[in-house]
Amino acid sequence: MRYFILLILTLIPAFALGQEWEEEARFGNEGAQSTLRVISSTDTSFFAPVIETFVAKSPSVAISYFVTSTAELNRIVRENPSGYDVVISSAMDLQLKLANDGFAKELTVDGLPDWAKWRSSLFAFTTEPAAIVMNKKAFPDGRIPQTRQELIQAMRDRPEEFSGRIGTYDVRESGLGYLFATQDARASETYWRLTEVMGSLKARLYCCSSAMIDDLVTGELAVAYNVLGSYAKARQDTSDQLQIVLPSDFPTTMMRTALVSAQSSQPQIAEDFVQHLISLQTGSTDNNMPLPPLDVENAVTGRSNIALEPALMTYLDRLKRRNFLKEWESAIIQGQ
Amino acid sequence: MNNRVGIIRSLRDRLAITLIGGAAVLAILLYLVVRSYAAQIAQQGQDSILAASVTSILDAAILRDGEVEVDFPYASFSMLSTDSDDRVFYAIYQDDELISGYDTLFHSDPIPDADHRFGTATLQNAEVRVASAARTLIGAQVTTVISVSVAQTQDALEVTLNRISRNAAGFGAGFFLLATALSFWATSTTIGPLKRLTSSVTRRGPQDLRPFEQPVPTEMEPLVASLNNLMGRLDQSLSQSEDFIAEAAHRVRTPLATVRSYAEATLQRVGKPENRHALRSMVKAIDESSRAAGQLLDHAMITFRADHLDKQDLDLGELVGELVRSLTPIAEMKDVRLQIRCPETVNVQGDAILLQNAIRNVIDNALKYSPAESDITISVSNSAEDRIAIRDEGPGFPENNMAMLADRFTRGSNSEGITGSGLGLTIAQDVVIAHGGHLVLANHAEGGACVTLSF
Ligand SMILES: Nc1ncnc2c1ncn2[C@@H]1O[C@H](COP(=O)(O)OP(=O)(O)OP(=O)(O)O)[C@@H](O)[C@H]1O
Ligand SMILES: [Mg+2]
Repeated sequence: MRYFILLILTLIPAFALGQEWEEEARFGNEGAQSTLRVISSTDTSFFAPVIETFVAKSPSVAISYFVTSTAELNRIVRENPSGYDVVISSAMDLQLKLANDGFAKELTVDGLPDWAKWRSSLFAFTTEPAAIVMNKKAFPDGRIPQTRQELIQAMRDRPEEFSGRIGTYDVRESGLGYLFATQDARASETYWRLTEVMGSLKARLYCCSSAMIDDLVTGELAVAYNVLGSYAKARQDTSDQLQIVLPSDFPTTMMRTALVSAQSSQPQIAEDFVQHLISLQTGSTDNNMPLPPLDVENAVTGRSNIALEPALMTYLDRLKRRNFLKEWESAIIQGQ
Repeated sequence: MNNRVGIIRSLRDRLAITLIGGAAVLAILLYLVVRSYAAQIAQQGQDSILAASVTSILDAAILRDGEVEVDFPYASFSMLSTDSDDRVFYAIYQDDELISGYDTLFHSDPIPDADHRFGTATLQNAEVRVASAARTLIGAQVTTVISVSVAQTQDALEVTLNRISRNAAGFGAGFFLLATALSFWATSTTIGPLKRLTSSVTRRGPQDLRPFEQPVPTEMEPLVASLNNLMGRLDQSLSQSEDFIAEAAHRVRTPLATVRSYAEATLQRVGKPENRHALRSMVKAIDESSRAAGQLLDHAMITFRADHLDKQDLDLGELVGELVRSLTPIAEMKDVRLQIRCPETVNVQGDAILLQNAIRNVIDNALKYSPAESDITISVSNSAEDRIAIRDEGPGFPENNMAMLADRFTRGSNSEGITGSGLGLTIAQDVVIAHGGHLVLANHAEGGACVTLSF
């Protein structure tokens, strides 16, 4: 904390830069020679420790950190690839397509197993399961469902309790939500039955995990499906009314990924930053970072991760997406 | 004797170079063939996966309410995963209009419902392999053609090819090394009999002219047969010429001795001074002829023997002693004393007959050219530089042509009236040279000739 100052953490009005950010922050010395521009879908609070340790190591570098949604991030980077040096997103499919389309620079980064990187240009640095988060009050008997099947059963048993109190991603808006949904659909037909049940109970659709957790805490929501476990965990400390369940029938696990823009104006600093990020995330487990680490050991045996492979582009296909959304809409919006 | 032989590149080298060169050519050929074959197979592998991907997308295309739906499976792309994380591009066209995928991927316009087409293209600075195929969809009102292209970079293929190239190079090198070792082995076994023949020829003694009897390979049979033939003829002609020399000496000397004895006898009976003079000249001429014939034959014998020295261990003191004993009667007629100085045993390797001949000629000179009642000293020593020195107390060599006295038929100015042929010193010199030494003529300051045989 001696070497840098957290300069600003403000919400900037839309008209100021012509670009509306969810969050924007600057780290580092005022007189830093260069500024690394990081565009990310991860909340600043999760990323601040990573950036702070980096600017502490390299005092000549300042970092501007911009937060936006995964879909928006993908659009911005494609439109203006030279505008940002490091691109961080939880939407693995969009990130992989960026790399596939030549937006990512090849780096020499150490310490990652093969499955955690793609073409030496896309690097995974977290392992985050999609969770079902429940408000314990909604299950007074304490019988909290552990699988999707049990969740469906619970909702069918007490529709009056859950009607209008189920939350999930609006997959049309959220890249991560779309990724989770498509991977669920790929894994099992249960997903469609669950979606139909949620639709019949007038499920509420959200842009992001944090909003769903907010509503869970207030009790507005009883169940949130496919929420990022990491976000829920971060909030659980302040409120023990939430129960996080990693469905045991089939887990869906996402990895956050980083890439360096092929048109970055300071590729070396960007590469150093990515290396720093990966070293932190694969290093000792006792770091008190809010970001969940990359699960290097379990992933090898568990194979529950969504693999970094070109197949991720399948559901990004225009026709496939159109189809999927049509089906999803007819399932979730049936009664609304 | 001249031992030089004109030499061209050795058989062994030629054989080895031919075999190794052949092995190198084969190794390179092996490498190229394996590599190109592997490249073909690897490319076929990629093509078949691309084709499967194209097919799985095409199969998913359906017409629903006049609209095309292509709900292709996850596997369409996941089958394209490679170790090198190759990039994947695809394009789906309806008739000639892109309905999904990358518009940068060229539309190859494949023939509907025919086999897949493959090609190579450059896309976003990357070399890609493209597979495409098309299918006709027939609906209630519309008929449309869906064509699909799937492209993939070739990084993994490159890696595979490099690995195969390395392996092929390894095989090639291994083959080459093995072939080289084999060719060395083959060369030495082939050359072996030749070497054995050579060493058996070298090991032979000078007189050994027996034919070679060890078995030799067929190819060497003519060589060994002619060698044996040559040696047979050599052996025959050598024994012939030895016989001839002995025979000739006998044939010339015997009649001369007869003529001389008749002349002597006649001299007793002739009283007229001019007749006596004529007869004396006749005897003298016969002596000269006899001497010349003897020396010539000796010289011929020496020339012949010099090429095939019959070396033995000799006690030089004993050899000289024997010689002196046989010459003592002649010396006594002139009142000359022959003295031997041999303080220690001198053992040398040499041809006894030749050495006796040489020493006899030198002592003979000392007897002939030095006055009566004088001493001739023969010193034998263990030093090679003055092995035998023969010194008399006469007037010494005439100084004017001393250097030429050892030449053939050269006699000095002091030889007038003395029977001789001018070959004595030549014989002595040839013998010491044949023994690897040299002859030195010198006059002593206090008078007397000294001949030194160093060998
Ligand atoms: N001991 C000697 N003293 C003086 N002159 C000598 C002596 N020995 C040789 N010569 C000279 O050297 C010459 C050559 O000698 P060489 O023995 O070759 O021939 P030669 O004695 O004349 O004939 P032969 O062949 O019968 O010996 C002699 O003619 C003589 O002039
Ligand atoms: Mg003589």
